[in-house]
Amino acid sequence: MSIEEKQIEIVDEFSMFEDWMQKYDYLIDLGKSVPLIDERYKTPDQVIKGCQSQVWLNAASNGGKVTFTADSDAIITKGIISLLIRVLSNEKPEDIVNADLHFIDEIGLKEHLSPTRANGLLAMVKQMKFYALAYQSKND
Amino acid sequence: MDIAKIRSDFPILSEVVYDKPLAYFDNAATSQKPQVVIDAISNYYTHINSNIHRGVHYLSQRATDAFEETRKKVQKHINAEHIHEVIFTKGTTDGINLVASSFGQNFIGEGEEVIISNMEHHSNIVPWQLICAQRGAQLKVIPITDQGELDMDTFRKLLNKNTALVAINHISNSLGTVNPVKEIVEAAHEVGTAVLIDGAQSAPHMPIDMQDIGADFYTFSAHKMCGPTGLGVLYGREEWLEKMPPYQGGGEMIKEVFLDHSTWADLPYKFEAGTPNISEVVVFGHALDYLNGIGWDVIQEREQALLHYATEKLKQIEGLKIYGEARNKASVISFLLEGIHPYDTGMVLDKLGVAVRTGHHCTQPVMDRFEIPGTVRASFAFYNTEEEIDRLIEGLKRVKTMFA
Repeated sequence: MSIEEKQIEIVDEFSMFEDWMQKYDYLIDLGKSVPLIDERYKTPDQVIKGCQSQVWLNAASNGGKVTFTADSDAIITKGIISLLIRVLSNEKPEDIVNADLHFIDEIGLKEHLSPTRANGLLAMVKQMKFYALAYQSKND
Repeated sequence: MDIAKIRSDFPILSEVVYDKPLAYFDNAATSQKPQVVIDAISNYYTHINSNIHRGVHYLSQRATDAFEETRKKVQKHINAEHIHEVIFTKGTTDGINLVASSFGQNFIGEGEEVIISNMEHHSNIVPWQLICAQRGAQLKVIPITDQGELDMDTFRKLLNKNTALVAINHISNSLGTVNPVKEIVEAAHEVGTAVLIDGAQSAPHMPIDMQDIGADFYTFSAHKMCGPTGLGVLYGREEWLEKMPPYQGGGEMIKEVFLDHSTWADLPYKFEAGTPNISEVVVFGHALDYLNGIGWDVIQEREQALLHYATEKLKQIEGLKIYGEARNKASVISFLLEGIHPYDTGMVLDKLGVAVRTGHHCTQPVMDRFEIPGTVRASFAFYNTEEEIDRLIEGLKRVKTMFA
């Protein structure tokens, strides 16, 4: 499934929720099932600091595709991370670099990615693309 | 006090967010504005707008009069001895930076010390770190107790003839603690040390008396007092302001400019470079009138009642811990639900229409002191109600079940 198809699938899933509490309940469930980062990568230099919550991110290359693992100290943040990982993990570096993550806005979570929220998520997306870029140039 | 009447003065309080009535508990960050203040903005641009102090024309005179009228109101409100001790700034942070820069460059010497506390807002930490680094001075920190009060014994031990300045907040924005500023000023003055008080969180809650407190500098922001953003006040004692050089150059702060040197305007204009926030200053006068109209004793009594009501209710929630249990507190409560990140709590409360602040509240050293990532903070203003607090409590119970 392409990045675009995965985004459409998520938007579809979220359209079933009638209110915010249902969305958050779902994100909390997802948050509990994030592909957790290996503890040895949960170091200060892997942390993406935000005013609100902290995010740890690691990337690895597998047969020309990039896989991500992550963690956060806040569960809603973890839930959103799991969506980002679902969309961007196991994809080719160039597809990750060029991805337009419009689904975040469409499922009503744009506020979590606004730069002023400073919760680490926007920085995390940048970091994911940065890793992809690094793998892309390695492959070239 | 007629709470329904007061709430009707603030149109934003009847906003509906996510189909829920708004309960606004982020007053420590900024207060809401009454209609009279909102109208004053429109009135200023409709009838007064002009640059001040230099125009010969009618409007310029009118704007100047309105601008200086607010200075008079501020002087009266804070009981400053002289009107020229009232300087308009961009806000509290700007006021602190003015003192750090101007006082710091001249009266903080190599090997000297500046004392702050563990409960300062970043705005009252970073400027001192910068100036201490520039001047080769040392920063000393007053620790805080488990209750969130200043350790006054250690403060007295830190204080010595080498202390160039004590910079301390009147009320902690993250713990709600009301600090004994008069006692701090007296102790500092005994060893000949000047004191700056960060009044960002005190000015909205109580009348402030400069001649009683005796501080050398006192600074606060208009937007936390039902006034406009982008405006603050720095009170400075005349004897210091006379000795201090200008903070910024240009505009109203000059007397004469030659190509090789310049001379400075008298106080307070020496410290008000460029075109000031004229509209904000004029509007702030209306905010002060509004607050005076309600009465500061009424405001204090009301906010203390809300603080006690909320504290009692919050204490009944199992697994909820309040950070900051000083004997003397303002209407600010920081807390955490056991095992639940403050960001998660805040996000769910938001969707229930309850506006709180989460995070470190720009006081990271406080969070480090208590070894927590941040807190959820509910800060009350006189226009809040017990019913709104009940909704906060209900919301927190909901959060507990969701994250269990």
